[in-house]
Amino acid sequence: MKLQRITALVGKDMKKLLREPALLFLLILFPIMLTLVFGFSFGAIGGAQQTTFQIGLVNMNAESLYPQYAQNFIANLTSIQMLKIQVYSDNETAQLDLVQGKIQAVLIIPEDFGESCHAFQAAPNDPAKWINITIPLYLDSGSMLATQVIPPVIQQILATTIYGNKQAAFPQPIHLGIPSLVGVSKRTAFDYMAPGLFAYASIFLTITVAQSFTSDRENGMLRRINTTPTTATEFMISQAFSNMIIGVIQAILIFVTAYAVGFRPEVEASSMMLAFVIMLIFSLCNVGFGLITATLAKSSSAATGIAFIFILPQMFLGTFVGAALSSIAQVAGHFVPSYYVTDAFTSLLLRKASITSPTVLLDLATISFSSLTVLAFGVLLFRKYGKA
Amino acid sequence: MGKPIVMVENLVKKFEDVTAVDNLSLQIAKGELFGLLGPNGAGKTTTINVLCGLLKPTSGLVIINGLDVQREAAKVKELIGVCPQDTPVYNYLTGRENAELFGNLYGVPEEKLKDDVDALLRRIGLAEDADRRVGQYSGGMKRRLSLVMALVHDPEIAFLDEPTVGMDPQSRHAIWDLILDLKKRGKTIVLTTHYMEEAENICDRVGVIDHGKLITLGSPAELIRQYESKNLEEVFIRLTGRKIREDA
Repeated sequence: MKLQRITALVGKDMKKLLREPALLFLLILFPIMLTLVFGFSFGAIGGAQQTTFQIGLVNMNAESLYPQYAQNFIANLTSIQMLKIQVYSDNETAQLDLVQGKIQAVLIIPEDFGESCHAFQAAPNDPAKWINITIPLYLDSGSMLATQVIPPVIQQILATTIYGNKQAAFPQPIHLGIPSLVGVSKRTAFDYMAPGLFAYASIFLTITVAQSFTSDRENGMLRRINTTPTTATEFMISQAFSNMIIGVIQAILIFVTAYAVGFRPEVEASSMMLAFVIMLIFSLCNVGFGLITATLAKSSSAATGIAFIFILPQMFLGTFVGAALSSIAQVAGHFVPSYYVTDAFTSLLLRKASITSPTVLLDLATISFSSLTVLAFGVLLFRKYGKA
Repeated sequence: MGKPIVMVENLVKKFEDVTAVDNLSLQIAKGELFGLLGPNGAGKTTTINVLCGLLKPTSGLVIINGLDVQREAAKVKELIGVCPQDTPVYNYLTGRENAELFGNLYGVPEEKLKDDVDALLRRIGLAEDADRRVGQYSGGMKRRLSLVMALVHDPEIAFLDEPTVGMDPQSRHAIWDLILDLKKRGKTIVLTTHYMEEAENICDRVGVIDHGKLITLGSPAELIRQYESKNLEEVFIRLTGRKIREDA
């Protein structure tokens, strides 16, 4: 095997990528455009600046002897335009929405809120008869604005509810307590789509590989190369290398573009490295599908259509599109390699899984096995039936 | 005839029920410029494809420089340069890049390759267009480039399948000069052509092939004398008839 031949063929393929507009669009510009469009449509970027705060409210005082105090407090909260009050029946649901970034704070009106207000109203000048309580307020720690703005606003409304407009400076029996700031992972729809975009872009290699082989076969270039000392192994290795390079370029460009439109995975360098390794391996799978397509196709134009036999299942069942499918279709997704790429990327980039986690390792093993199997099958098929 | 470098013995090549090459035997000497002539579909290109190892013969033997083409194809491919009839070139590469790519595929050392490519491109009249993409070349320019790609590694034996077809006289003469220079340097050339004038002017010997069979063999002068003709074209018509053939 001669490295000179392999590097020459890889160099030729890289020039093709840069000089053929259709190829450049399909493999590079299209994934970037797709990422940008999805990022602006479903991501955190592109919306109007936030001027209101979503507050989750759990009223545990509704069935007390003095429910009107809590009702007044809620009415006062609701009257403030910058606060959007969303009432929850239980704390757990409210906390879940806070963690998911759907609301910026959770305010809990305790069971003895009415009694405390009543005791204060009955003896406003005798603190010994007051029932001192604390109202828990949970805040999104990731929003500096929320942590700065919401507590004083609610404190002010609470004072107004208890004292009216004039007693704000007096001591009071009810205090606002902030038990902890809650770490919120604000995920947009785009964040959930982004891992699938990597696999989505790569599967289009099937078309370009198939077209490349069929057009080289049509114009006699494969036969011409076959008259040189270049072996079939050297030629196939050059194809694999070229497409692995393209796969990594795609991954880098998609990641940079996604980052630019708001995708912020908190991952370690090792996870990113593994993600790129997965893309390298997955590109081999698409080379294999491209070779199978080239074997079946009589011409380069036919190759485009036939390639979709392999592209569509991978696209619909194994990328971000799959999340919206029926349960049967989602089960079917387990039979396409792109599903495991998307799953591995989701684990690494969204679930913060380590590179040694069983899920990631299983995905990696499945991708490696399926990619090498498809590639080997494609090479054998093309060598036996595709060169004519 | 000198020491044979190409030996073909009882070569048969069938495509299902069609016999493209029918019991062909011939020898080509080292340093000889041999012309393979024949009407469309006579079996010339099939013969060339078997000689350079692209097609497996149905039966018979092909020996190149003492090597069996079927058994020792890798060694044979290092000795030969092939210029196919259909001009396969990469349109998205420049002329120089196409030539350098094939130089690399033939394993020409990097330090030698650039100079060799420059010299060949200059020789064939493509120096000024060497850095233009081939997609912008005319058909004649592509054919000249295709010849450069076949000869970039200075092969011992060149198989040239209709290298001058569709060319203007200037381009054709440039290619003849290049071919004659190869011969002068002791290289062996096997070419197919439809231009009898070309074969008569530059070939040492010609073989006329029809329906896959070799029907005559000799130097142009010998054949003209043997068939009492004015020129090789008359010999050709006399041997193959006036009926128009379809392309294979």
